[in-house]
Amino acid sequence: MTTITPYRSELGPGRDGFAQLLHAEWTKFRTVRGWIIGVIIAVLVAAGLGLLAATTVQSSCQQISRSGQSAARSGAACMPSFATGPGGEPVDDSFYFVRQPLTGDGSITIRVTSMTGLLYAEQGPQDSHPGLVQWAKAGVIIKENLNQGSAYAAMMVSGDHGVRMQWNYTGDTAGLSGAVGPADPRWLRLTRSGDVITGYDSADGTNWTRVGTVTLSGLPATVQAGLFTTSPDQVVLHGASASTWPSQATAVFDHVTLSRAGAWTGQYLGAGDASGIGGFHQVGDRFTVTGSGDIAPIWAGHGGSLDAALTVTDYLIGTFAGLIAIAVVATMFITGEYRRRLIRTTLAASPRRGRFLAAKAIVIGAVAFVAGLIGAAAAVLIGGKITRDRGYLEFPVHWPTELRVIIGTGVLVAVAAVLILAVGAIVRRSAATVAIAIVAIVVPYFLSAVGVVPLGVADWLLRITPAAGFALQQAYPPYAQVDGLYAARNGYYPLAPWAGLAVLAAWAAVALAVAVYLLRRRDA
Amino acid sequence: MTAAPAAGTPSGHAVRTAGADLRDALHAEWTKLRTQASTYWLLLAVAALTISVSAATTAAFSCQPGLCALAQTGADPAKISLTGIDIGQAVVAVLAVLAVGGEYSTGMIRLTLAAMPRRLTVLSAKAAVVTGCVLAASAVAILGSLLAGRLILPGHGLSAANGYQVLSLSNGPDLRAAVGSVLYLALIALLAVGITMAVRDSAVAIGLVLASLYLFPIVSSVIPDQVLARHLEQVAPMSAGLDIQVTTGVQSLPLSPWQGLGVLALWAAGALLLGAAVLSWRDA
Repeated sequence: MTTITPYRSELGPGRDGFAQLLHAEWTKFRTVRGWIIGVIIAVLVAAGLGLLAATTVQSSCQQISRSGQSAARSGAACMPSFATGPGGEPVDDSFYFVRQPLTGDGSITIRVTSMTGLLYAEQGPQDSHPGLVQWAKAGVIIKENLNQGSAYAAMMVSGDHGVRMQWNYTGDTAGLSGAVGPADPRWLRLTRSGDVITGYDSADGTNWTRVGTVTLSGLPATVQAGLFTTSPDQVVLHGASASTWPSQATAVFDHVTLSRAGAWTGQYLGAGDASGIGGFHQVGDRFTVTGSGDIAPIWAGHGGSLDAALTVTDYLIGTFAGLIAIAVVATMFITGEYRRRLIRTTLAASPRRGRFLAAKAIVIGAVAFVAGLIGAAAAVLIGGKITRDRGYLEFPVHWPTELRVIIGTGVLVAVAAVLILAVGAIVRRSAATVAIAIVAIVVPYFLSAVGVVPLGVADWLLRITPAAGFALQQAYPPYAQVDGLYAARNGYYPLAPWAGLAVLAAWAAVALAVAVYLLRRRDA
Repeated sequence: MTAAPAAGTPSGHAVRTAGADLRDALHAEWTKLRTQASTYWLLLAVAALTISVSAATTAAFSCQPGLCALAQTGADPAKISLTGIDIGQAVVAVLAVLAVGGEYSTGMIRLTLAAMPRRLTVLSAKAAVVTGCVLAASAVAILGSLLAGRLILPGHGLSAANGYQVLSLSNGPDLRAAVGSVLYLALIALLAVGITMAVRDSAVAIGLVLASLYLFPIVSSVIPDQVLARHLEQVAPMSAGLDIQVTTGVQSLPLSPWQGLGVLALWAAGALLLGAAVLSWRDA
């Protein structure tokens, strides 16, 4: 006589906790070979296109010097040397300097009575017409020494932006507004007290206003003080591109007062071939100084004076291509449920629909984050190494910024993937989802980055569409006091990195909310 | 128990020609396409998106006063007016991908091939019907864009006084840009039909089509090697194909306008061949 033991499953009772749901979604994802291949393709194209930029750096170039000579160069000669400022950023430090040493504390005061200029055109200096660029500068400067990129503080009149106090290339404060002229002179003063330099301006030489106080730490006892004039390249925007032409400025100074005055020396300060322009002559107390160049940070990218240097933006160019692959995978991750009717099993096992979508979003978000992170890290780190090994120039970037850009790319791809997943849950059709994703995220970036649409339109596209998230990849700050082509193709975005992420995240959040609502309302 | 098919007597079969097959196939494909609501929305979107993006771009065009002459801006009124094609082509691709991919995702393809076993006939009919619809929508889109450009651009510095020709279909280059742009969109549709036939999945197909369009221009705008960039522009379907829109500085193009459109035609032909091969040799 046998007793029959009823069958008991050795499995414990089923649980529908969120961890199980997450595990289920992860299992679904990793067991579809096509999706894994899609993610690998995303990483490879994201990294590969960036490395393409690093491995194909041009080896010949045509350069037009400030004196108008055009010369064909090749290889390393195309790599302009550049100075870095006290903050480590690449700077232009070229101007005509009428100077003398100043030992210890002291001050320098001048009156500027006029500033005029010439704008060069295609053919060089002989083909120029009168005009002043908006950031032409003339005034007084106290500079650590004559080395390129050394610390300084200066008070100046500018072409269009009134009196400014500027220091150490990136610092900029406004003083009196309005243009300078014989009837409207500007008095400028700098005083030094230890490491502290204070700038003052005045319209009449009696009533002075303090414009700013800056500390130039480590300033030596003897510094160079004097008058300067400089005038940056004119940036002419047409549509989405720009061309730059040199310019020059001439300023007239008088009432020059320096504590402990000695003899004045005039010299062109700057790198390279700018020596053709500049000079001064002194008649009594009256100085006429002509100069060309800029004392300012250099903007990154095409058309700038460090055009030849590869930027982080160049390495990250593959991100959008990786994003297309991720868009396809994220779409199929959700529409596949509908197409294969798996959704019924899924929802039978896990009836809480919001949690189902949350689990899917976490899985695809995590996968996309890792893919974006690896792609960006490989492109930036390996790309940088290849560029340096080949002896080419890189536009310097601080490592925290580099880290933010790499992690930011992962976040960008992750949030975009969640947005695409949500769109897929809303429209439930593969082709429509991928198309919406690409038109909403990739096409605005394309139109802006390739320079198809004018800058104004591009800026709006990158503010309001999900492509705003690409701002996470901005590695270089734009400078209000430097005219440049601050466009997406050069890695500049209209929104700050976190603001751009907020726009993309808002799109994802809204789409996810609509998706959850519809998922609950509709039959699957 | 034999049911005599209405038009299916043996002799009836014998007189049916390949032409009649194609006519039936065309009719079937046309019925499938026109009975889908999404077709109309997408065709409307092709025209609306293309025209609105073109008009917005022309309205945003500006040049600094005194620097507006043709020699200084190098601006191309026809190309600026047709900017919307950059986004209109994405909608055309979606339309074409859905027309083919829909058959695979619903399983309709088995019914289609059971009814019309000559697979190449099915492919030709589908391609012809999709292309026809796209041609009609594109003509509206391109003419609307050019009209917007003709009305807006002279107010933004691109006037006859500055040396620009007013956009008109009676100018040879403008006519070529207009006709070429319509053909461009039709070729994009054919490219998408071919690729979808080959991969048989809407999501993958649309990803591939749009990647093949948008990838090259971004890459060639960034890689520092100008020679390589120029070669890329010669082989890329979008960069080469859109050479057809250029009316100023044609000499400096990497390819002549019609050669450029020819490159896109080669891409479309290659995709269709691949699609035909997959359709013929694989089970559906």
